[in-house]
Amino acid sequence: MSSNKKILGLIFSNMHDHTITDLTKERTMGSVLFGGRYRLIDFPLSNMVNSGIDEVGVITKSNYQSLLDHLGSGREWDLARKNGGLHLLPPFSHVQSGMYRGRLEALYGVWDFIKSSAADYVVLSDCDVVLNMDFSKVVDAHIETGADITTVYVKDVISSEQAQNATVFGINDEGRVVDVLLNPHISGACNLSLNIFVLSKEFLKNIVLEAASKSLFSFEQAILQGRTHEYKIMAYRHDGYYSKITSMETFYKANMSLLNSENRTKLFPENKPIYTKVRDNPPTKFGIGACVKNSLIGDGCIIEGTVENCVLFRGVKIGKGAVVKNAILMQDTVIGAKCDINYIITDKNVKISDMRMLTGSQNYPLFLGKGAVI
Amino acid sequence: MYTTQKECVAMLLAGGQGSRLYALTQNMAKPAVPYGGKYRIIDFPLSNCVNSGIDTVGVLTQYQPLVLHDYIGNGQPWDLDKLNGGVHCLPPYQTALGAEWYKGTANAIYQNIAFIDRYDPEYVVMLSGDHIYKMDYNKMLDFHKEKKADATIAVLDVPLEEASRFGIMITNDDGDIIDFEEKPKNPRSTLASMGIYIFTWSKLKKYLIENENNPDEDKDFGKAIIPNMMKAGEKLVAYAFDDYWKDVGTLDSLWEANMDLLNPNIPIDLYDPEWKMYSRNPIMPPQYIGSDAVIENSMVTDGCVINGHVDFSVIYEGVTIESGATVTDSIIMPGSVIKSGAIVEYAIVGENCTVCPGAQIGARPETVENRDDWGIAVVGHNITISENAKVLPKQIISENM
Repeated sequence: MSSNKKILGLIFSNMHDHTITDLTKERTMGSVLFGGRYRLIDFPLSNMVNSGIDEVGVITKSNYQSLLDHLGSGREWDLARKNGGLHLLPPFSHVQSGMYRGRLEALYGVWDFIKSSAADYVVLSDCDVVLNMDFSKVVDAHIETGADITTVYVKDVISSEQAQNATVFGINDEGRVVDVLLNPHISGACNLSLNIFVLSKEFLKNIVLEAASKSLFSFEQAILQGRTHEYKIMAYRHDGYYSKITSMETFYKANMSLLNSENRTKLFPENKPIYTKVRDNPPTKFGIGACVKNSLIGDGCIIEGTVENCVLFRGVKIGKGAVVKNAILMQDTVIGAKCDINYIITDKNVKISDMRMLTGSQNYPLFLGKGAVI
Repeated sequence: MYTTQKECVAMLLAGGQGSRLYALTQNMAKPAVPYGGKYRIIDFPLSNCVNSGIDTVGVLTQYQPLVLHDYIGNGQPWDLDKLNGGVHCLPPYQTALGAEWYKGTANAIYQNIAFIDRYDPEYVVMLSGDHIYKMDYNKMLDFHKEKKADATIAVLDVPLEEASRFGIMITNDDGDIIDFEEKPKNPRSTLASMGIYIFTWSKLKKYLIENENNPDEDKDFGKAIIPNMMKAGEKLVAYAFDDYWKDVGTLDSLWEANMDLLNPNIPIDLYDPEWKMYSRNPIMPPQYIGSDAVIENSMVTDGCVINGHVDFSVIYEGVTIESGATVTDSIIMPGSVIKSGAIVEYAIVGENCTVCPGAQIGARPETVENRDDWGIAVVGHNITISENAKVLPKQIISENM
């Protein structure tokens, strides 16, 4: 834990909802299912808890029923606390809060909550990035460099499509951010922002209150871009595993990246587990005639067919003689007997009757919405 | 109206050593022994209680309680963290008159009369932590009330040739118990006691106190309380149960009870949403089945990485089975690693073991000349089996090899 400094975590559950509208039609980005048993919010939330942060606010906007269901009292993240713990912060919960247009407005809307926290530092995170990271080290670096804002980034090669929903930094030799590009028309190697920021509560107060008085709402535009040279914005590099969800294609790839054992070891180290809601499923059962290769499988599945290169969430059933390849099947999907399935993503509770054949393609997996019956 | 009164309180006897599980109960009480991939034996009576609407459970612990106490915790995984009621671990304690171990099943309940009286119940269900079954205790309680019984004992109709392994109830035509024999050589009935009792609390309390005050009597339900009640003419009735029930008190029966989960013809269904079995879930990523894996007829849970050959086996959380390893007809308990080239057949491997390359544990029955020499091979908890070592059928390993 970072030098006894008290840290408040703030998670934005709805930022980037528009990038995967198929999956966020009935839920927030934070409650999108990921990796066989998780929701995207499990990653920032577990990272905060594992970094010694025991007070977390979740800023929501709309469609948050599934998020409330998932988080409950926060017990599964050890955040059902008398002091601190988990706080859900929907819009319209304070006098000054309403439907926000950007991060600054959202922060202003929950300012009373932030104000009442005894924290010295605040960590902000979105739900579009999957990673396992010790935020207390970022706070330590923030204090050490005397930065106003510290932002977490990765050095990576991105496509022009990924750049459409990205913040890209120019960084000088001292690690200071000297240039900020929003949704640039570029591709190739760059310093990609992971939308994780550390600020002192005092500094955050100044910028949030000032922005409110000037009707500024975008943290990226008004602060990162508008005050690049005025504020000391330091960049902190993350070089472990990460996946950034910017589209259905990257969502598919991010799930599939967990079939690689090196990625799994980095994302799920034993001493820093990723917590999630308990569902009390029995173990997964492999029946007679099951043939499973290279797949990540949640509990409570019953598999009687062939499964290859798949991510199966909890409670999925694969019928006798069915062949399922390159698919992501979310919670309680049922694939009938002798189906032939390739490159598809099913949302929760999809039922595919016997003998159906469904095929998408690698760069455009076929998506079946929640509760679809085929 | 807020009241602390409960109609029915459950008391779960979990203090026994379970000595016939040998190496598996060296460091933990029998109810804490893993079962069924992600459960421990005690999950079954606890989940049955919750599903039957009984929300107050006393767990009597004595032998090696650390793992069991940790596991039960505040009872939250079973929804038994209640403002009024919930699950309570009840180890022996010291009083102004001195301290005593639980001297028997009856004495254990006697020492906790104050716990039960706190809820002022009309009925008490007595359970043990040795059995795998799904049962609605509420139906049994209805039966107890309907019969206006003082004690109701759940019984299972067993094959005559097996009857001499059990406590056998002899009933009249009305289902009243008129006699009782512990492991009879020549059984007069095939109704075996399942170790599940419902008592009218006021009656039981009286017999517990009398039993305690009689220094010549065993402090045991089977040996004293039940015979005394029968002698005094109390109404004891048998409640017939005809679903899956298995005593997992021996290594063979523990192995069989796990294998039963893989047999579609045996009626123990853990997947029934109407009767969910609860447990303290591990915090681990989903299981990964690798490209080299061949896996059929098995149960596997979170945190496992399977690259070997697995058939007819139950694999618990966080187990690694490397490419080239073979596990058949076996149980591998949480956190163990089966290295490449190791062979595990007809065996139980305890928690956090390492089975090194080339090691062989157990054997198929058909490979053993004399069938009397064959049995399940067992490796206790936290044990390393070194390269090319061989654990013979029936052998029980409780130290590194």
